[in-house]
Amino acid sequence: MSNLQIPVARLVGTIKTYGALRALDGVDLMLQRGELLALLGPNGAGKSTAISLLLGLIRADKGTVELFGQDPQNIDARRRIGVMLQSASLPPVLRVGELLRLTASYYPSPRSVQESAEMAGIADLLKRPYAKLSGGQQRRVQFAMALCGRPELLFLDEPTVGMDIEARQKLWAAIRQLIAEGCAVVLTTHYLEEAEALADRVCVMAQGRVISEGSVDDLRARVALKRVRCMTHIDPQQLAAWPEVVEARREGAKVWMSTANAEALVRRLLDADTSLSELEVQRAGLAEAFTELTRDTETATTIDREAA
Amino acid sequence: MNAVTHKFSVAQAGATMSPQRVIAAYLEEIRSECLRYLRTPSFLLPTLLFPTVFYLMFGIFLGHANGPDAPRFFLAAYGTFGVMAPGLFGFGVSLAMERDNGLMTLKRALPMPPAAYLLGKMVMALMVAAVVIVLLLAMAVLLAHVPLSLGQIITIFFTCVFGVLPFCAMGLFVGSLIKGQGAPGAINLIYLPMAFLSGLWFPLSILPKFLQQLGPVWPSYHLNQLALDAVGLGQGEALTHVTVLAIYTVFFTVIAARRLRRYG
Repeated sequence: MSNLQIPVARLVGTIKTYGALRALDGVDLMLQRGELLALLGPNGAGKSTAISLLLGLIRADKGTVELFGQDPQNIDARRRIGVMLQSASLPPVLRVGELLRLTASYYPSPRSVQESAEMAGIADLLKRPYAKLSGGQQRRVQFAMALCGRPELLFLDEPTVGMDIEARQKLWAAIRQLIAEGCAVVLTTHYLEEAEALADRVCVMAQGRVISEGSVDDLRARVALKRVRCMTHIDPQQLAAWPEVVEARREGAKVWMSTANAEALVRRLLDADTSLSELEVQRAGLAEAFTELTRDTETATTIDREAA
Repeated sequence: MNAVTHKFSVAQAGATMSPQRVIAAYLEEIRSECLRYLRTPSFLLPTLLFPTVFYLMFGIFLGHANGPDAPRFFLAAYGTFGVMAPGLFGFGVSLAMERDNGLMTLKRALPMPPAAYLLGKMVMALMVAAVVIVLLLAMAVLLAHVPLSLGQIITIFFTCVFGVLPFCAMGLFVGSLIKGQGAPGAINLIYLPMAFLSGLWFPLSILPKFLQQLGPVWPSYHLNQLALDAVGLGQGEALTHVTVLAIYTVFFTVIAARRLRRYG
């Protein structure tokens, strides 16, 4: 029974330094069966360090790193994972089918080459040498290699870079199918709509720390704000003083405001300016939430530095 | 709940590999490595052409000027020269490239049996070495009419095939030091001077005294002595040469493996 509680992947208080640089500064992460966790953050935030630790490529200086309750450097733990890395040049002269056959041989009960190829939408490419494929096709081959071992946990590092929209959506559908079968996924991506489309949980990292963790909706709600834009004669400085308004500024002919309470703000605006026009209310997207979160930490560190 | 627990334990049981599947993984790795090199003419052509063309020119056509034993002497020398390349280049260049382009990282993250990567390359090097020595033997017997007994043929074949191992180890070491495009140049800087200083192109006796004394430093010198021994031109002491080559192999493998484990 206790087996059921063992998380698929876990980082507890993990610290990793490279010389003077703290790549990870006390990170906690946990992933359960059938869950997709998106790791977001600017370059150098510590995403790849976290993934390298979970893949057993590097060792932590401090803290716990576990896959299925085991050390990731234990090959038995890694026999339950599939991996798609961002920059791996596969042998150019090997054919797609040969690459799949080789990768599948590492696993105890892999899918057939045909099945893996169909899931990744590359069944028609099996006889082609890897070097002759387009960038998007190569990414799909790497995806097929990641899923061919029937993994319980899949690492997808920027999986859809170089893909067109149609290919990307097909890949998303395949990822959803794997999740439905109980596979857990760790996804890093620069495309926020990708995290929005797939993730149960989003974990935003900056400067080696997790600065926000929760569902996509939580993350949006955490930043909470809605954008209100309109043409008005009221001065933005005056608007900024209203309790409903978090921030206000002029944006071309319009005034731009962010608010936690759009309804109250709109009611007051309409009362205050009867000639108000072109009113727009927008929910903050993940992109805005993300920018705001990471900007906050940047400001915080700048202040820290100045204080020091 | 029972059903859930059961499902989980099945998944766990699935994570252990049967010995047959582990062996299959090794064989697949070997197959892939061999296919890769067979389809890479920039590796295969120089590896096969240099020793055979040199042997044809210097060992057979021009060889008779150097006395009746020249084709026999150069069979050993170019055999040694020929099997250095698949070891040094096959291991060193590919390792340096694959550490640079992310393939090594992917392989380390995947549940590849840890020794499969090296074993795959080693078997490839042994096979290329076998092809090189078979070609040279065919030229020696059919073109130069070197009288060789069956025992001599078998001895030089196995000497050269297994003689590739110390050079695999050296290639492994160089590949663990250098990353990417610099590797072919660096390996040529080791390969060609070492061949020259081991007396593979000219007998050591025509070199300055100092360089003659340096001969026994190089692994290729010892392999050449064994190859000469195999074709009946040796000075004995085969056991010493085998021991020195074994020490070279173990030494370079151990320090390279340590570096790779530490730095990837």
